[in-house]
Amino acid sequence: MWITEQWQKTSRPIQMALGWFLAIAPSLLFYLMPQSNWAFLLFMASLFVLYKLQAPPLAKGVLAAVLLFAVMPVVGIQNTYYLDVITQVGIYVSLAIGLNIVVGFAGLLNFGYVAFYAFGAYFYAIFATSQAGNFIPAAIAQFPLSGNWFWLFLLFGAALAGLLGLLLGFPVLRLRGDYLAVVTLGFAEIIRILFNNMDKPINITNGPKGLTPIQPPELFGIVLNAPIHFYFIVLVVVILTIIIAKRLDASRIGRAWAAIREDELAACAMGVPVVRMKLLAFVIGASFAGAMGVIFAAKQTFVDPSSFGFMESIGILCMVILGGMGSVSGAIMGAVAVVMLQLNILKEFSEYLGQLSAQGILNIPSQVDPAKYEKMIFGLILILTCIYRPQGILPAKRSLPAWFKRKQPNVISPKEDRPDVT
Amino acid sequence: MEQFLQILPQSLLDGLILGMVYAVVALGYTMVYGVLELINFAHSEIFMVGAFAGTETLLFLQSAGYLASMPAPVALLMALFIAMIISGSLGVFMERIAYRPLREAPRLVPLISAIGVSFFLQDAVRLIEGLWKNAFYLTAPSLFTATIAISANLRLPVKSLVVIVSAVVMMLALHLFVTRSKWGKAIRAVAQDRDTSALMSINVNQVIGLTFFLGAGLGGCAGTLFATQYSLINPYVGFILGIKAFTAAVLGGIGSIPGAMVGGILLGVLEAVGAASIGIATNGAMGAEYKDVFAFVILILVLILKPSGLLGEEVREKV
Repeated sequence: MWITEQWQKTSRPIQMALGWFLAIAPSLLFYLMPQSNWAFLLFMASLFVLYKLQAPPLAKGVLAAVLLFAVMPVVGIQNTYYLDVITQVGIYVSLAIGLNIVVGFAGLLNFGYVAFYAFGAYFYAIFATSQAGNFIPAAIAQFPLSGNWFWLFLLFGAALAGLLGLLLGFPVLRLRGDYLAVVTLGFAEIIRILFNNMDKPINITNGPKGLTPIQPPELFGIVLNAPIHFYFIVLVVVILTIIIAKRLDASRIGRAWAAIREDELAACAMGVPVVRMKLLAFVIGASFAGAMGVIFAAKQTFVDPSSFGFMESIGILCMVILGGMGSVSGAIMGAVAVVMLQLNILKEFSEYLGQLSAQGILNIPSQVDPAKYEKMIFGLILILTCIYRPQGILPAKRSLPAWFKRKQPNVISPKEDRPDVT
Repeated sequence: MEQFLQILPQSLLDGLILGMVYAVVALGYTMVYGVLELINFAHSEIFMVGAFAGTETLLFLQSAGYLASMPAPVALLMALFIAMIISGSLGVFMERIAYRPLREAPRLVPLISAIGVSFFLQDAVRLIEGLWKNAFYLTAPSLFTATIAISANLRLPVKSLVVIVSAVVMMLALHLFVTRSKWGKAIRAVAQDRDTSALMSINVNQVIGLTFFLGAGLGGCAGTLFATQYSLINPYVGFILGIKAFTAAVLGGIGSIPGAMVGGILLGVLEAVGAASIGIATNGAMGAEYKDVFAFVILILVLILKPSGLLGEEVREKV
């Protein structure tokens, strides 16, 4: 491309200066113009520039910390809409990293990832509203539970979602890849239908009406219900998930996963406990989703089954595929791109078109509101990525899942495709 | 129990009608799987497009004033024909755009692409209908209104009889085509071994295109039949039905054409009887809203216990 050619021609000091400028300037702009959507988008882009910048990791880390822990909250207090969007982005980043463990690291296609997310959300929602009083006698406990329980539920939500993953994974992980995809899809639909209908004979989930109001978390007597609180909770959790995923990928387990996704039979012959390792990936992915579900429920203070449809699963899959299978930074990038598109760019575009219609410049029927066509965009992302860039925007350093590689022509250079001998 | 016996004939009949639709849609899944080993997720959207094409044809005939004056079977045949052409061409086009570039890719890549096609088509139809009619829910005009009363608690509407008859005719025609004709032989050869059949001077791309055309055309016809039977359609009608038809294909043994027919009818009957009896079994605590769960549970059980299905062949994984 023209831009890359020009970039390579420029001298190194200019490159560095331009890079740092692009990484820092947007936050100043964002600080000065907290109402501007362009400033917000540029701010998000500056994080990506920072990631790509060739600079000492420490300097980059410090700047990233300043951007995320200082600039964003300071601006966010003035305009909570952006704080809300970026918190939502954070939740999806964690979900995408979790799904990336299952799909990217271990090569198991999971179309029902949202089931575990729903489980976590409902798990907290039932006990943090008066709902649990319907089937647990008041003598044992009073509901809703106080917000202090949130932290325990975060752990329990992760653990129980993991257990659910174990229960599902145990019988189905022997299935071939495409069958596994359909079974997980079916499982997610079953979970959604159950949540939708478990309001009788005993009212457990309150059916399609959903559960509200969910208790906000509490820490040392402070009720954490402002957007800024959730921003920090999600930020900490995202950092934790990134660290866990990176460490897992670099560990013995990560290598076992890579071996399985490259060639299951060969891995088996080399003594990798295939079933146990697949289960582990499935369970870890599920527990990430469970924990994020708990946070989602606490943040929204409302859950209902419609938030957990097939669409959500595919949305998260989209983030992983777009960003690059098996790459943690890819999953982050994909999640940021897709959620920003969904929550911010499409909406702004719709409003812009709406204004044009109101002024009588264009006549667009309300049926054709771009914000309603997320599915079309997800579909296009999936098809185009599969055909033109199967390795994603930020490919994994280690080679791709075997099932994602073309036989002819090779999409990755032989140098990168070195076998993992350590 | 007595209550159950009372509703049994009617729910068997309902199940048979639904099962016929499943069976015809399942044929599309099974044929594509047979030649490409690909779960064509977008087939459910082909079905939906067929439903829209057929319904729009009928609506056009209605608004032009021809519908009242022409015999109902002729109108239905016209709708089926147009739905078949549109869906079939869409199937061929889809294969060309989204699957052929990925034919040498590992098998899960086209699966992801197929999901993408499916999502894209849902919203594309919604967009087109939104621009055209300013509403994306359509109601198909009713062609056959008479009802045959077989006994006191068993009634068979003529429109359902039409669904059954057309589905049977289509399945027989397909069966004859695949087993008797030269093209059918080519399809079977490609399904067995693509590379060798290419050496036997079979044009593999053409045969795959033909398979998509036939499968998608049948799916489109099933969509039109579905619209005449249940009258209300929307762009998202295909998704759950598609999964169930896929379940039917797996139940019968994926890749096997008679299997898809058997599986479809069996699944339809199981679902209708199950949905009708669950309310009785639990004394009304759980109702027909759990009917979708049946299909998924059956799918999971079949895949775990007998992945080759009722009539399918066992396939061993090769190194």
